[in-house]
Amino acid sequence: MAAVQDGQLNMEVEKDIKTEITNDGSGNINANSSSPGSTSSGGKSKSPAGSGEDQQTLLAVLQFLKRNKLTESVDILRREAGLSADADDSPVSDSAGAGSGGVPNVSADGGDANSLLSRVSIATPVAPPATAPPKATGSMASGGEDQPDVNVVLSAYSQQGDPVLYPLYYNGLKKFIESVLDCHRAELSQVFYPLFVHMYLELVYNNHENEAKQFFEKFSGDQECYYEEDLRILSSMSKKEHMKGNETMLDFRTSKFVLRISRDSYQLLKRHLQERQNNQIWNIIQEHLYIDIFDGMPRSKSQIDAMSGSLAGEGKRDANKAKVFYGLLKEPEIEVPLDDEDEEAENEEGKPKKKKPKKDSMGSKSKKQDPNAPQQTRIPLPELKDSDKLDKIMNMKEATKKIRLSPDNLPSICFYSFLNAYQGLTAVDFTDDSSLIAGGFADSTVRVWSVTPKKLRRVKSAADLSNIDKESDDVLERIMDEKTASESKILYGHSGPVYGISFSPDRNYLLSSSEDGTVRLWSLQTFTCLVGYKGHNYPVWDTQFSPYGYYFISGGHDRVARLWATDHYQPLRMFAGHLADITCTLFHPNSNYVATGSADRTIRLWDVLTGNCVRILTGHKGPIHSLAFSPNGKFMASGATDGRVLLWDVGHGLMVGELKGHSDTIYALKFSRDGEILASGSMDNTVKLWDTLKAFDDVELDDFTAATGHIHLPENSQELLLGTYMTKSTPVIHLHFTRRNLLLAAGAYNP
Amino acid sequence: MAEERRPKQCTVVLPTESMKAMAESIGVGQLQEESCAALSEEVSYRIKEIAQDALKFMHHGKRCKLTTSDIDYALKLKNVEPLYGFQSQEFIPFRFASGGGRELHFYEEKEVDLSDIINTPLPRVPLDVSLKAPKEQQKTESTEPLKAVKPGQEEEGSTQKGQGATSAEAKGKKDGLMRMKPRSTHELSVEQQLYYKEITEACVGSCEAKRAEALQSIATDPGLYQMLPRFSTFISEGVRVNVVQNNLALLIYLMRMVKALMDNPTLYLEKYLHELIPAVVTCIVSKQLCLRPDVDNHWALRDFAARLMAQSCKTFSTTTNNIQSRITKTFTKVYNNCWLDDKTQWTTRYGCIAGLSELGPDVIKTLILPRLTVEGARIKAVSDGPVVSNIDKIGADHVQNLLLKHCASVIAKACPLPDNVEQYRADYGYLGPMLCSHVVKARAQAALQAQQVNRTTLTITQPRPTLTVSQSGIGGSGGSRTPSIIKVPSSLTLMSTRPGTPTQPSPPATKYIVMATSSGSSSTQQVITRTSSSVTSTVASATSTLQPLVKLESGGSRPLQKYIVVSLPSSSSLESKSGVLPPSSSTSPILLEARIKVDCSDSPGASTQSPH
Repeated sequence: MAAVQDGQLNMEVEKDIKTEITNDGSGNINANSSSPGSTSSGGKSKSPAGSGEDQQTLLAVLQFLKRNKLTESVDILRREAGLSADADDSPVSDSAGAGSGGVPNVSADGGDANSLLSRVSIATPVAPPATAPPKATGSMASGGEDQPDVNVVLSAYSQQGDPVLYPLYYNGLKKFIESVLDCHRAELSQVFYPLFVHMYLELVYNNHENEAKQFFEKFSGDQECYYEEDLRILSSMSKKEHMKGNETMLDFRTSKFVLRISRDSYQLLKRHLQERQNNQIWNIIQEHLYIDIFDGMPRSKSQIDAMSGSLAGEGKRDANKAKVFYGLLKEPEIEVPLDDEDEEAENEEGKPKKKKPKKDSMGSKSKKQDPNAPQQTRIPLPELKDSDKLDKIMNMKEATKKIRLSPDNLPSICFYSFLNAYQGLTAVDFTDDSSLIAGGFADSTVRVWSVTPKKLRRVKSAADLSNIDKESDDVLERIMDEKTASESKILYGHSGPVYGISFSPDRNYLLSSSEDGTVRLWSLQTFTCLVGYKGHNYPVWDTQFSPYGYYFISGGHDRVARLWATDHYQPLRMFAGHLADITCTLFHPNSNYVATGSADRTIRLWDVLTGNCVRILTGHKGPIHSLAFSPNGKFMASGATDGRVLLWDVGHGLMVGELKGHSDTIYALKFSRDGEILASGSMDNTVKLWDTLKAFDDVELDDFTAATGHIHLPENSQELLLGTYMTKSTPVIHLHFTRRNLLLAAGAYNP
Repeated sequence: MAEERRPKQCTVVLPTESMKAMAESIGVGQLQEESCAALSEEVSYRIKEIAQDALKFMHHGKRCKLTTSDIDYALKLKNVEPLYGFQSQEFIPFRFASGGGRELHFYEEKEVDLSDIINTPLPRVPLDVSLKAPKEQQKTESTEPLKAVKPGQEEEGSTQKGQGATSAEAKGKKDGLMRMKPRSTHELSVEQQLYYKEITEACVGSCEAKRAEALQSIATDPGLYQMLPRFSTFISEGVRVNVVQNNLALLIYLMRMVKALMDNPTLYLEKYLHELIPAVVTCIVSKQLCLRPDVDNHWALRDFAARLMAQSCKTFSTTTNNIQSRITKTFTKVYNNCWLDDKTQWTTRYGCIAGLSELGPDVIKTLILPRLTVEGARIKAVSDGPVVSNIDKIGADHVQNLLLKHCASVIAKACPLPDNVEQYRADYGYLGPMLCSHVVKARAQAALQAQQVNRTTLTITQPRPTLTVSQSGIGGSGGSRTPSIIKVPSSLTLMSTRPGTPTQPSPPATKYIVMATSSGSSSTQQVITRTSSSVTSTVASATSTLQPLVKLESGGSRPLQKYIVVSLPSSSSLESKSGVLPPSSSTSPILLEARIKVDCSDSPGASTQSPH
């Protein structure tokens, strides 16, 4: 096990380098941590980056910079990280030592396979990272600075095998795997897909077009059905020239396909390949696959199926080991009781009694610090304004009137339908207090509606404002221009479809992200655009405000999620790692983490403070289009084009449930205010309600499953389904629970 | 999305001919075959790539249809100038042509005359996007819960939505919303439509068990208000059609539906009486209700409908609508007409009398008693006179019985003792003597009644009435039958024959059994024949075997249906055996599934009958 750990460290290094390659160095996490707004806290926690792994990463980056002769950056980084010049040398040589001569060997690649094999058998865990990284980094210097050179990436395919033998090799392995014991077969079958892909790509790269076609036709049918989308893309690639600039191709090459295989099964495979002297396959396994070996029982087919499906295999076990502070932040002490009671006394007599005990219980709860919660000041949060406090008080009052939901007491659903949207409604959001609805449209407009009798009014013009008596009590009322009162307002500014939309928690701002590559911040006081955040050069699929305001996250086609603060026109953090478009983004309720779902069929959880990826969750079989955190921050739900909702335990990084029932993409997920019910809305014109309390209760988490992540999913998603509600012809694209637990849904009527 | 299926994945490539055609279209002739192949592969690959990117835009646009704009955006991603001018309304705007061994798909570009476009009036501006929530939501506070939606039930909001959209399209949003209200109240949900269909089918169908359930449902379900207009139309139309076709069974079924609707405490029928009352009155006074008036028992229907009429008068008559007086007038008018006109059918006459007499003793006293002499003469003319048609005879007979039944009790209360036959004859003419004996009986009965709680009427108040009476005459077999809902066979032919002697003091009951078995035998048809006393005795003995089956239960939570057991003359042995039934009455195979309120004043009709 210790050896495996070592290998993992190396992998870390390698991965980091690769992320940079995909990012074309436009921005990197560590460099960005110095950006304003978070410097103080960022610096603080960075200095004790004593954990070996972090240091290792840093050193690797240094090494990389040195090789690229970016001495200035080296110096800056060194200063930032507080590393002395000599401090980095020794560990680097260490890690090179750990490579145990693997690096020199590789340059004479494709050489004696037997020696390769023997080396592998001696130091198995070290073997995997051997070939790719030095090559990639080495040639990086010569390649273009801003574009990952495809030739470099592809060069690993240069090894020539006899194209005619490929099907034979593959068939041989297939026969072997079919003949092994049942318990190993499921595990070893995982090898098929990555092997198939890489063999096909090798054939294509080496201009064996016809062989490639035949190979594809012969074996593509064997692959798991959830890879169909990828296979389709793969099938269109039949020439070497096609590989240039194909993103999917790059994904396959720049990231290793991660497989989790038990030690026994792995030994079996290794022995077989050694006996057969099957170098071709062995090379692929070594170069393009990362085999995460674990001790213990081989997993069953269903266990594997539950976790697989992502573009690059499963997440490594170690990727989910970092601690996540999923607890909620302490609610700020608001001096509610005094003025609240005054108010109550004025209003009604009966109520204060009722409310008092509740307040106490809430107060005592918030005093205790949740052991799983991050430090209150872990990331700087904006100060509460008076209006925020008022809102919080409102919130608490409403919360006391909240309906307790349970399987016997389901929420009422109110559906807001957009008429005459002509298929153009692309995003919807509600404010937390459910007073406003905003819609993003394909015609580049954003529209805001008031759903209460209170109309939307603009602030008066500057000239008029100067005439107002600023001392008067109702100054807030006076600054509004009555003439502009209307039920809805249209915001013009984008130049492409608006794909993401999000209200700020204080209802003063609205964010919208669009195909034009910008995120715009709108004021809901003046109904004008305040800022256009440029950074994504490609469509921005989603954006989301932090639950505490000020920060927001955006993600799009460029595969990088960016964290922004409203008063900075450049991002504070860039989260890189996804292998395909980031399709949805979400803040954790405590604002310390950000979850992103992607078209590479993984969900990643990022630490806002460090910028690290702390969770990689695999299991979806299609692009993920919706995410939701439970109100206690402990669980997460995700919905994808495959029509399944998966439930995750954020703390353990485990899948804890699978909810099947929808027949089309799930665009909306929401937990009720107390987290008992999960509502999901889909393209198939239904809203479904699920019993999440039961779902989370059913999961037994013993130490073993928690450690290995091999979860047995309960097969009872139908029992968890509490209700299905059909609309006539309206896809559900947003769901929202009001503070009293009434479920609001929205979608555009499709005549 | 699935433009390629799996087996074809590798092979879908544009044909080289297309390349040639396209090359020719831009003026490049003589393209080499090899270049064509290379081009087509390259183009196919790029198209696929773009299509895959376009799909992304479709998904994020939350649509399931790929549009030309998706393709444009996908091209933009690749830094390619988008294609202009492909905003087609049609899904696939390509046309197909073939000829000269070539097949072509092309995009039809019509020449456009600019002046035409300028001169045509502007098309209507498409409606602006609007937000719509269920109506209640807009009025009340937005955070109030709306309604409890049962799983599987279509959301109300979405049901209305369709109309909202269509009407909004026609008239704009405001008008659409205004117009929606009256329409939506009449809209039935899918479930309701299904329910309505099932119920109406069951009510007029052939399966009695289903009918009983359906009627039960109509009589008890609380949520039928929305369907009430449809039910009432169904009934009135049904009566209109079936009266013409003389379909007695269906008329009975429809009247039972009326009864069930009336029994439903949650329904307020007043607004639909304009449809229901004519239907009911038709069933009372129509000249002919069945195909064979001489054999079919349409009398029961008339009685039943008359009772319904009386009930609705009692329930709905107010000072403003004056139903009772209007109905009374109607009957009297007809009645008066038949007074003058000898040719009036006995059936109509019977109906009028029945209708009037059900309205209560006061009506009988003021409207029927004065006419008894005239009526008696007419009956006499039929029964004693030259042989006329059998139908007339039967009719006269029924009218006579009806008059005797209803008048006797009234007279018994109104007139002082002693009952003098001569006096009666003087007062009432032909009917006098018979009336006298009835009155005597009625008085005796009243005396008995004072001692006993239960009388000739059995009120069965089980929640689910399960009263079974076996077929008469098949002695002994009754024991095997299980209690069940009383069934009316579809081919209901209730018959009554004339009493053996016209002078028989107790006229035969004109109420007939609705009876049945649950054994499912097809021979549920019941014919009651009373031709001679010997038969009567067999009937009686047969019924005696049934004794245990006739259950009398009280204490049911709500009286659902009441069955009146109308007595036939029966043997005294039965009485002695019967512990359940009151001695003065007797059970009988003759049960009427009637639903009048059984109380003292209503029952004398039955009580006039006595053992012989």
